[in-house]
Amino acid sequence: MATVERLVGKAIRRREDPRFITGRGTFTDDVKLPGTHHAVFVRSSLAHARIVNIDASRAMAHSGVRAVFTGKDLADGGVNPIPVGWLLPGLKTPDFRAIAVDRVHHVGEAVAVVVAETAALARDAAELVHVDYEELPVVVDAVAALRPGAPQVHATAPDNRAFHWEIGDLARTESALRGAAKVVRTRLINQRLIANAIEPRASLASYHSGTDELTLWVTSQNPHVHRLIMGAFVLGFPEHNFRVIAPDVGGGFGSKIFVYPEEVAVAWLARKLGVPVKWTAQRSESFVTDMQGRDHVSEVEMGFDAGGKLAGLRVKTVANLGAYLSLFAPCVPTYLYGTLLNGLYDIPAIQCEVDGVFTNTVPVDAYRGAGRPEACYLLERTMDIASRELGLDSAELRRRNLISKERFPFQTQVALTYDSGNYAPALARALQMVGYERFRAEQAEARKKGKYLGLGLSCYIEACGLAPSQVVGSLGAQAGLYESATVRVHPTGKVTVLTGSHSHGQGHETTFSQLVADTLGIPMTDVDIVHGDTGRVPFGMGTYGSRSGAVGGTAIHMSLQKIIDKGRALAAHLLEAAPDDVEFKAGRFSVKGSPDRGKTLAEVSLAAYLAHKMPAGHEPGLEMTSFYDPSNFTFPFGTHIAVVEVDVETGRTALVRYVAVDDVGNVINPMIVDGQLHGGIAQGVAQALWEWASYDEAGQLTTGSLMDYGLPRADQLPSFETDRTVTPSPVNPLGVKGAGEAGTIASTPAVANAVMDALSPFGITHLDLPLTPQKVWMAVQAARGGERR
Amino acid sequence: MARISVKVNGTQQSHEVEPRQLLVHYLRDVLGLTGTHVGCDTSQCGSCTVMLDGRTVKSCTMFAVQADGSEVLTIEGLAAGGKLHPVQESFWEEHGLQCGFCTPGLILSAVGLLRDDPQPDEHAIRAGIEGNLCRCTGYHNVVKAVQSAARKLAAAPADAGSPRAQGR
Repeated sequence: MATVERLVGKAIRRREDPRFITGRGTFTDDVKLPGTHHAVFVRSSLAHARIVNIDASRAMAHSGVRAVFTGKDLADGGVNPIPVGWLLPGLKTPDFRAIAVDRVHHVGEAVAVVVAETAALARDAAELVHVDYEELPVVVDAVAALRPGAPQVHATAPDNRAFHWEIGDLARTESALRGAAKVVRTRLINQRLIANAIEPRASLASYHSGTDELTLWVTSQNPHVHRLIMGAFVLGFPEHNFRVIAPDVGGGFGSKIFVYPEEVAVAWLARKLGVPVKWTAQRSESFVTDMQGRDHVSEVEMGFDAGGKLAGLRVKTVANLGAYLSLFAPCVPTYLYGTLLNGLYDIPAIQCEVDGVFTNTVPVDAYRGAGRPEACYLLERTMDIASRELGLDSAELRRRNLISKERFPFQTQVALTYDSGNYAPALARALQMVGYERFRAEQAEARKKGKYLGLGLSCYIEACGLAPSQVVGSLGAQAGLYESATVRVHPTGKVTVLTGSHSHGQGHETTFSQLVADTLGIPMTDVDIVHGDTGRVPFGMGTYGSRSGAVGGTAIHMSLQKIIDKGRALAAHLLEAAPDDVEFKAGRFSVKGSPDRGKTLAEVSLAAYLAHKMPAGHEPGLEMTSFYDPSNFTFPFGTHIAVVEVDVETGRTALVRYVAVDDVGNVINPMIVDGQLHGGIAQGVAQALWEWASYDEAGQLTTGSLMDYGLPRADQLPSFETDRTVTPSPVNPLGVKGAGEAGTIASTPAVANAVMDALSPFGITHLDLPLTPQKVWMAVQAARGGERR
Repeated sequence: MARISVKVNGTQQSHEVEPRQLLVHYLRDVLGLTGTHVGCDTSQCGSCTVMLDGRTVKSCTMFAVQADGSEVLTIEGLAAGGKLHPVQESFWEEHGLQCGFCTPGLILSAVGLLRDDPQPDEHAIRAGIEGNLCRCTGYHNVVKAVQSAARKLAAAPADAGSPRAQGR
């Protein structure tokens, strides 16, 4: 028998790619059903207003129009508000309806929906719907919204506060800061961002009255979650007759986790009208309806002892939640943020409090990293400010404070227990790759010539592998965060894996196949990975929080072990040997010491389905299902370094080099892991330099198109220099940690620190993001003016 | 309505279309060629890039009627006779795609770039594809894919340099 080459750990080309590179992917908008009607939403042009009257008579009379519905029609038709999936004590939960009833709370909120034979006709008719509004006062800024007398967004939240949340020991932290040799104080803004997956959200619903089955194709990262929430809570439609399919999905970055108004409306419309109904967002709609990310204002106090060791950290954050609570909004600025403020440093005292605030803006929820980038930016930016105030080299300051490798598992001051880590080598390797000492000399030389180079460090940690169900349940999650997997070995030995993870670019069809093929000793071509269809996959919690490998992969691993166990019992029976004497290697069960006495997986599988000779106590068939609930999060870490050149005459920053050393635990497919990091880095760099969801005082998004919002383009980025260290996670048998968000978390502060380093000769200590040419140029001008005075 | 005749991926097509129908919607909705994607409404993202008479165009930026009498090549027509174009092959080998949504547009932009500049350096590649937005890859592996494709095309110039040379 040929030796089987191990596939795990190899850069295997992706199995999903042939369909994408030849135009044969199936994205939601590519699904065509006969008789499909198209929905177009009439959207509020105002950020806060009372709906006085909606006149749809002209729209109804327009050619091809089938129906027009308002929010009241949906509410009367049994459509409930979209619930919140994470509850905090005292949380205010204003009704979040698919279509507004009476009042609108942000620009872009739907006030009516038009259904017509084509999208173009529906769009024409939508323009004929006349809405009378009574304008109400608007508040956009979360800090302003907390001030007495601020416009009130919801009557049920009188001071616009959705929640107040605290973590850590206040008395201990205050005492630590009082006793500190130096306390660095700063105010940091983490600006609002928009995920902008290139595929706009879309949904298509079809109802079969004969069987009472409702099918929804939707751009979702977690179709079972969509089914459960939409079926049980919003539409009151029985879960077992409701099939949700998330086919190929063109990027998510968090924005496709949530249950959205449009998909609720489309599912309701298909049943109401008895025709398939489709809605596909235009990008201009995405900007004002996709859940947005970040948007924190934080006051930071970071204390150090005389030796530059961290003494304590106190953080007060105001988190802008937008107009409504999106599905997981409450957990992002709390349990995914405050718990990460320990970073990878030994901080003896930490306290954090967060106010979640309603404003007349698009709701905010998880965006790639979700809370963890905010924590990392806060820590790493403040560490750099501190290094200057303390007169200590920024790498040295970090080195002094890293948690040493002997201290794992490490209990932080903010609830988490880090699984494994070895932080110093990643920092050392990144410094070596960038040539740290040499750079400082070059930088000094360049400054003499009026050329401003800067280098920025960022040491990051993140929490992946979401999440132990019991833990998140005790903290307010209205869901478990396990994952399920079914491994079905067919009579011929071919294998179908049904996974609850969902791939929207992560390449699960490849990595999971590598895992299965290795474990079962069969070719990858004999393995099919099925995901994204509640009609085929028993259950699943989906993909976000860098959880697919650590949680979804482990669920597959567990089912594979059960398959091998049952296969061994069957093989032993067929071979007339004791099960303990049968070993499974390279796809074959054989008797120890007599390798010629054996059965292949396919032979055993066929025997299991023929069931002519089953051992006692075993059922026919060869199929196993597992639900894996992790015992802890996993904690990837690393060091990223950015090198920039700032043109002080134009304010433009060029990212010259980018070095990343990441430790994501064991790696199943290094090519895919590197790809995840590259994309993450680009998004984080873009937050530092270009991206900003900016609202004017009236609540209009002023960066509401790809002409105005700074999505990074190829000519703005360099190629990245990456390496890794490997510290396996003890949490799961695969030893994997997660790689989906690391790049985004680490890169924003690295670039911000680099620009501030470049601008240090001007005495500029901090600028809020994004560091656009205008902002940098104005700061340099102001600094130069100061010199002249 | 207006009648147009367009040769798409080598097949002559003739349809009555609304004068306001965009070329991309004609391709997707009338011809069922859903490999060409729509990612924005301001001609910024490039997901809808196709070849029109041998030049790359954003098919959301022109009306179907403007394509009357032209030859269009979409992603579905790029793999001549089922053999992947070197650019397609290189995107696969170099992991130049993740979610795959922007990929058809990026591949066709890269085909156009390499036809105009067969040996681009990294700077020229980045400048050449800056009209296509990709949110997944950070462009790192897209650049590697284009470099690899350039090497392949240089080694076998008769293979595929121009879409027209592929018998269309």
